[in-house]
Amino acid sequence: MSIDLHGMALVAIVAAVTMFIRFLPFVVFGGGRPTPRFITYLAGMLPCAIMAMLVVYCLRGMDLTGPTHGLPELLSAAAVVGLHCWKKNTLLSIAAGTALYMVLVQVVFAA
Amino acid sequence: MQTVADTPGVWKVIQYIEPEKTPYHHRKILALAFAGGASLISAALMTLMVNARHLFYGISMLQRYKNTGAAKPYLIFALTDETYSIVCSGDVPEGVDQNRYYLFASLFDQVYWVAGSVAGTLLGSVIPFDTTGIDFSMTALFLVVMVEQWCSSKDHTPALVGLGVSLVCLAVFGSSNFLIPSMLGITAVLTLLRGPMEKRAQKETAHVD
Repeated sequence: MSIDLHGMALVAIVAAVTMFIRFLPFVVFGGGRPTPRFITYLAGMLPCAIMAMLVVYCLRGMDLTGPTHGLPELLSAAAVVGLHCWKKNTLLSIAAGTALYMVLVQVVFAA
Repeated sequence: MQTVADTPGVWKVIQYIEPEKTPYHHRKILALAFAGGASLISAALMTLMVNARHLFYGISMLQRYKNTGAAKPYLIFALTDETYSIVCSGDVPEGVDQNRYYLFASLFDQVYWVAGSVAGTLLGSVIPFDTTGIDFSMTALFLVVMVEQWCSSKDHTPALVGLGVSLVCLAVFGSSNFLIPSMLGITAVLTLLRGPMEKRAQKETAHVD
């Protein structure tokens, strides 16, 4: 069995950098000192803003001018939102939305 | 997410040692030739760019993770996108201890992630149906969390700021480079809006009293 040292080194680097980023706020603002009020304000606002950003991130590859005009994504996203507002069941919303997307992408809008 | 292993580049730093024989005192230059050396550095830089959003996860969880004691290092370590989407609202089911909730949510998410990846790798070729499009489940998860946040908050400004700034940055910077500008933009806009936002929050609490 050959040992892929370079591959291992890459994984180690990625892990180390990610951990550095994750721990940084807690190291800078932690240690029992009171958190600056601006950071507390930001921390209260960020979750909603970041979730919206993450949704945009997930849908960033959507091509409105392409052959599917982003319809699988838009329809499935609408289904997830609608279903969740109606039934408030996380598992149902995710499963049904994903299933719809898979059907749309594989069958309805197949390339 | 693009893999770090796709980084190209061989970077040779050649150093050769020259004895100080000449009157011009040629300095010694170290000679190191290692193939792939730069790919490690560019891997580090790329990870920094791609995962910068985890900085924001940490900032939002500063207060909530403050009194988590011995579990704190693990909680921070396990703060992935999906875990963050579950713990960021701070809502914990009735009668459940908050710290244990964060711990087990993080733990289960990691276990599912690892088990799922292993299962997928082992069974992927055996699954009878086409799994194209199954990655939409992540989008669906984030949408669900966003809907729950929207329904439980009176002020939709932060969500709208996140949406607006991200879309603008997506248009301007393209799909592979818009996250960092978005985070900077969101921070800037929220900072600018701090006055009115805090005033509105004060008015709400005064209203309740």
